[in-house]
Amino acid sequence: MTYVTQPLRAPLDIGFDYTRSLGPTLSQFMTALAGRRILGSRGADGTVHAPPFEYDPVTFAPPAELVEVGPEGIVTSWTWMAQPLEGQPLPHPFAWALIRLDGAGTAMLHAVDAGSAAAMRTGLRVRPRWAASTTGSIRDIACFVPCAPGEPGQHAPQEHAPQPVTMMTSPVLLHYEHTASPGESSYLRGLAAGRLLGQRCPACGKVYFPSRGVCPADGVPATDEVELPHTGTVTTFCVVNVPFPGQRVTPPYVAGAILLDGADITFQHLILGCPASEVRMGMRVRAVWKPRAEWGTTAENIDHFRPSGEPDAPYDSYARHL
Amino acid sequence: MKQQAAVIGVGQTRHRARRADVSIAGLCREAVDRAIADAGVGLADIDAVVVGKAPDLFEGVMMPELYLADALGATGKPLLRVHTAGSVGGATALVAASLVQAGVHRRVLAVAFEKQSESNAMWALSITPPFSMPVLAGAGGYFAPHIRAYIRRSGAPEHIGAMVAVKDRRNGSLNPYAHLQQPDITLESVRSSPMLWDPVRYDETCPSSDGACAVVLGDQAAAAAAEAAGRPVAWIRATSMRTEPTMFAGKDHVNPRAGADAAAALWRQAGITDPAGEIDAAEIYVPFSWFEPMWLENLGFAAPGEGWRLTAAGETEIGGSLPVNPSGGVLSSNPIGASGLLRFAEAALQVMGKAGAHQVAGARTALGHAYGGGSQYFSMWVVSSTPG
Repeated sequence: MTYVTQPLRAPLDIGFDYTRSLGPTLSQFMTALAGRRILGSRGADGTVHAPPFEYDPVTFAPPAELVEVGPEGIVTSWTWMAQPLEGQPLPHPFAWALIRLDGAGTAMLHAVDAGSAAAMRTGLRVRPRWAASTTGSIRDIACFVPCAPGEPGQHAPQEHAPQPVTMMTSPVLLHYEHTASPGESSYLRGLAAGRLLGQRCPACGKVYFPSRGVCPADGVPATDEVELPHTGTVTTFCVVNVPFPGQRVTPPYVAGAILLDGADITFQHLILGCPASEVRMGMRVRAVWKPRAEWGTTAENIDHFRPSGEPDAPYDSYARHL
Repeated sequence: MKQQAAVIGVGQTRHRARRADVSIAGLCREAVDRAIADAGVGLADIDAVVVGKAPDLFEGVMMPELYLADALGATGKPLLRVHTAGSVGGATALVAASLVQAGVHRRVLAVAFEKQSESNAMWALSITPPFSMPVLAGAGGYFAPHIRAYIRRSGAPEHIGAMVAVKDRRNGSLNPYAHLQQPDITLESVRSSPMLWDPVRYDETCPSSDGACAVVLGDQAAAAAAEAAGRPVAWIRATSMRTEPTMFAGKDHVNPRAGADAAAALWRQAGITDPAGEIDAAEIYVPFSWFEPMWLENLGFAAPGEGWRLTAAGETEIGGSLPVNPSGGVLSSNPIGASGLLRFAEAALQVMGKAGAHQVAGARTALGHAYGGGSQYFSMWVVSSTPG
């Protein structure tokens, strides 16, 4: 085994502002929140669900009516969030609590700004702390806070009925730690040294580039390292003319399936160095590397492939790789 | 021993670019309500629910089946989620069918959906992990090179893809549920549309749709009761699924082995020896026009390299010897997760005689087909107007 012990790792951060079409029931709920009111739905069995269901869990019918609940309620269970995470309701320690609002038969999850875990208990009476400006989102309730003993309810609806809220935006950010497999890591370390390393499957004898560590056809570890030349054949390709969010290469560009000499599987890379209209199946190409100072453990060390000037490979030489 | 199973109800939404008036739950429920009404049953008569959709990144809702239970009438019943990329709608129907064929349940509801307007599938399909070269560009960028390889291998004339697009879009204009309504599309208009992923033009690609599809499957007693009440059913004669890796040395991207093996098993199970002669209508998953001739070959309707000749001769039109995608297909509506189930449902509608203006006259035996991932998942069924 030639695996380097530590696989390569790097962060992968992705995000997208998803939209949510609310539909008739949740639209009323969000619109009410914009007006600093909380609605629940009355089920066929008389139970008021807050937040409201879209379909009755007993009869599966849409709710016949939405009714106002709260705004105060009691904590039915809770846990302490000692170290809040990105995107959570409060930046300092708080409680996640199930809160049954007055008039409701079910509990909703929200944050309670209690100051300390010692101030939290099941049965604690809480009231919403509304956001300074409301938009028609669950975040219009900034959090809940304990009611002071004897404190009157602070129900302060907005004076003007808000515009109906039918759509909301839900930004999603995901932070991953991406780990390359041992096989891929040795291929990437090869790239950092200007080498193209593949692996041969001991069962079928096929050479995989990039290395994967395991042959996907035979399911056995691929242990034999094979160094490949920097030349190959374009087996097929497409000309990408389509822009999309997050794209890192500006269209139009040619994405080619390249079969390195000695490899048994193609990989995708850019074909530059000639007009897109001149790229063809069977075209011989050579890797064009970035300046050595810019190399890392990435396939991007190869800036692109360019025509090598050799005669085209005959179709039969690569037909079985299509 | 396998029990008889049949499609006893079909429902779908009118597929659109954007259904901003409903939530995901409301979208699914629309299809479910139509399917149970079509079956003449209520949600209380459903014993289990199987739901399918494309990967969660498409709408950014993790495991949406958890919150959809009430909308699908699944509370207190078995609820399963199926996950096979673009083929998921087909796989969902087959999992539901297996629950009936195994004798476990009398009536099972299969539901599949996508609300593409809530996100951007191109983005979701083009996430570039660290260390790799960012050249891929959505599903079109993935499949276009394989289409080029098909054209080279078969020697098909360049206009075949455009012919498929014209046929499917015109068929779609006969289907009130289809997203794109383009009765006036022509070969010239397709060939003058922008080249997106050369050799794939804009008019040769599927749209992005919001939509859902639902199918009620019943056992022999449920199907017989429906027939006795004057409701036609579609008997399931054969089902088949196969899988292979997306990339391996020796993979045939033009004619994938998993698809060919699945088809061979399907025809064997159905007792069909001459698919082109015995299938009256085929609903095949064609997201890019050239996949019609490619899959005609993969499914065994034509010899390798010859599928395009059926298209060129007009045999795949309604009225031809093998009508393909009379509903308009994926090229006319593409709520991704639902697209496979729509193929299966439209095949059922054909043999039930309920396909309306896109009905193939006298259709008695039909194919529903779906594929997904990088041509790695294949699912298909044969349905007939009489039990197999």
